[in-house]
Amino acid sequence: MSAVLHSAPKYASNEGVMDALCEAVSVWLDHAEEAHGEIILTVKRDAIADVLQILRDDHSYQQMMEIAGADYPERAERFEVVYMLLSLTKNHRIMVKCSTDETTPVPSITGLWPNAGWLEREVFDMYGVVFTGNSDLRRILTDYGFEGHPFRKDFPMTGYTELRYSEEEKRVVYEPVELPQDMRTFDFLSPWEGSDYVLPGDEKADEPAPAPEPEIEEAEEKPPVDGVEFDIEEGDDT
Amino acid sequence: MSVQIEESPTTDGDVITNYTINFGPQHPAAHGVLRMIMELDGEVIERVDPHVGLLHRGTEKLIEQKTYLQALPYFDRLDYCSPLCQEHSYVLAIEKLLNIEVPERAQYLRVLFAELTRICNHMLNIGAHVMDVGAMTPNLWVFELREDCLNFFERASGARMHSAWFRPGGVHQDVPEKLLVDIGDWLDNRFFQLFDDAMSLVVDNRIFKQRNVDIAVVGRDDAIAWGFSGPMIRAAGIPWDLRKSQPYDVYDRMEFDIPVGTNSDCYDRFMVRLAEVRESAKIIKQCIRDMPQGPIASTDGKVSPPKRGEMKQSMESLIHHFKLYTEGFHVPAGEVYVATESPKGEFGVYLVSDGTNKPYRCKIRPTAFSHLQAMDMMSKGHMLPDATAILGAIDVVFGECDR
Repeated sequence: MSAVLHSAPKYASNEGVMDALCEAVSVWLDHAEEAHGEIILTVKRDAIADVLQILRDDHSYQQMMEIAGADYPERAERFEVVYMLLSLTKNHRIMVKCSTDETTPVPSITGLWPNAGWLEREVFDMYGVVFTGNSDLRRILTDYGFEGHPFRKDFPMTGYTELRYSEEEKRVVYEPVELPQDMRTFDFLSPWEGSDYVLPGDEKADEPAPAPEPEIEEAEEKPPVDGVEFDIEEGDDT
Repeated sequence: MSVQIEESPTTDGDVITNYTINFGPQHPAAHGVLRMIMELDGEVIERVDPHVGLLHRGTEKLIEQKTYLQALPYFDRLDYCSPLCQEHSYVLAIEKLLNIEVPERAQYLRVLFAELTRICNHMLNIGAHVMDVGAMTPNLWVFELREDCLNFFERASGARMHSAWFRPGGVHQDVPEKLLVDIGDWLDNRFFQLFDDAMSLVVDNRIFKQRNVDIAVVGRDDAIAWGFSGPMIRAAGIPWDLRKSQPYDVYDRMEFDIPVGTNSDCYDRFMVRLAEVRESAKIIKQCIRDMPQGPIASTDGKVSPPKRGEMKQSMESLIHHFKLYTEGFHVPAGEVYVATESPKGEFGVYLVSDGTNKPYRCKIRPTAFSHLQAMDMMSKGHMLPDATAILGAIDVVFGECDR
C-alpha cells in the first residue's frame, strides 16, 4: 500500500483485523477487500444478521452507525446494502455489505440495534429494498402517498410529480412535472477520452459528403471550437 | 395543536382514554419541520412517532449529478447551523480517495474554523434550549456571539453561513492576519464575558434545573445501542470524541479535554455543550498560536485551482483552471466512509467513486437521525412539556436530518 498522505480520520490499524474477521465469518463470506484504508466485507444476504451479531458480540463492534443503500443497475442483484460498524473499544471501523434485487428481502437487524429501524426504512424508501423482520417498514423521507423509489438510478432527478397550492381548490394539488426547458446535463469528460456516444455532428463523418459544397460544411463545424477558446480568454469565474 | 379525541373521556365516569395529538409540523419548539404524533395519557407521553422528511430535498441524488466540487455547497445547506463541519467530512472523504496531502496551514485553518463553527452552533443550541424551557434573555445574548462568529466566517469566505470555504486539498482562500488577531481578541476580551454572563442566568437556575435534570435519562448501553454520538453519548459518561480518538487534520496536535456527563439527562447534555465551548476556545487559541505560514491548498494542480496571477503567466495553469471548472477532477474508483465530529455528533459521508468526475453515490449520515429515532424511548413516561426540553437537548436541525 502506498503511503498515507491525506489527513482523514486515523483510527486503529487495519493490520491483522481482516484475517481475524474473515476467519470468524468465513462460512458466509463472499468477498473481502481492503482499499483506501477501509475494510469491506461482502457477505451472503441471508446471513447478514448472523454476521453482524458475531461482529458485535465477539469482535466488539458495538455501534452500527449507518446503513447505506446503493444502486448498480447493471448487476444481476442491483442493490447493495452497506452497514457501517464502529468499535468504541478497539477504535476501529469496518463496512459490511450484502446485495439484493427489487424483490428479494434482506433480514432486518432491528433485533441487534434498535436504530436500524429508521435506517432500514430509509433504504426501503429510497431504493425499495425490503427488510423482513422490520415491523415498521413505512416510508420515512418522502411525502405521504409518494410512489416510486427516488434514489434508484433509473428514477429521473426531476421526479414525476410536482405540487403547488391551488387557490381555486384551497389545497395542495399534485401535477405531473412540466419542465419549461429540458433538464440540462453537460458532459465534461473529454470527448477523446471517455465518451461512448456519437458527438453531435460526428454522424456526418460516415455519410458520403454531398458533392457540391464540402468547404462550407467544414466552416460550419468550426465555430464551436472558436467558442471554446473565446471562453478561456474571457472566463474569470474562479 | 389539534386535539383529536378518539373516544369521549367522559363516557363512564372514571375511564379516561388516551388521546393523540400532533406536535408540529409547525411548532416553535420543534426546531424546524418535525411532526410528532403523540399518544398521551392525560399529560403523560405514552408513545411518540416522529414523522421526519418534511424537508427532504434529495441532496444525495443531486450530488450524484454534480462534480465533486459543485457538490460541496450542498453540505453547507444540510446542517445550516454548522456548515463548515459538514464540509469537513466531505472534503476529507475526497482527500482520502485521492490520497493527497493537505498543507499544514490549511489543516490549521480548517481546525480553527471547524471549532469556530462548533461555538457558533452551540450558541444557537444553548440559546434555543433555554428558550424551549422558558427563558428568553440568554438566547438574545448568545445570539450576539453567534453574530460575531458569522462575521468571522464572512471575513474568511465572503459568506456568513454557506461558506463553501473548505475545498478538496485545502481551503479556498487564505485569511488576513488581522482576522486571526481579531478572533484571538474576541475570545480574550469579549466572548467569555458575555457567555459567562448569559450562562450564569441558567446553569444554577432552579426553574431550568427542574425542567432538565432527570429528564430523558439514557443509560450507557442504550446510548451505544441507539447509535448516539457527540454530546449525546458524552452526556452518558462515555468519553468518545472523534477529534480525540480518530484525529483528522491537526487535531492530534491540539490539547483539549473531553467533557462527559454523569447522569445522562437533558441537563448533562446542556452542560457538556457548555464545557465543549470552552474546549473549542482552547483549540482556536492553539491554532492561532501554532499556525505556520505556507500554501493553503494542495500544490497538486490537478486538484486545486491555480492562483489568479499564475493564470496570467502560465499556459499550464490556464489549462488546469479551465479543466477544473468545467470537467472537474477525477477521483479514483473506490468507496470510503469518513466521519468527523460535527457539533451535533458523528457526521459521516459514505462516498462511492466510479473513477469519473462525479460521485457515484454519496450517502450522508446525519447526526439527528439516530437521536431523533430514540425520541420515543426517551420521552416515554415524561410529561408533554418535557418533550420540548428533550428535543432541545438533542440539538436537531432538519436540514441535516431530512437531507
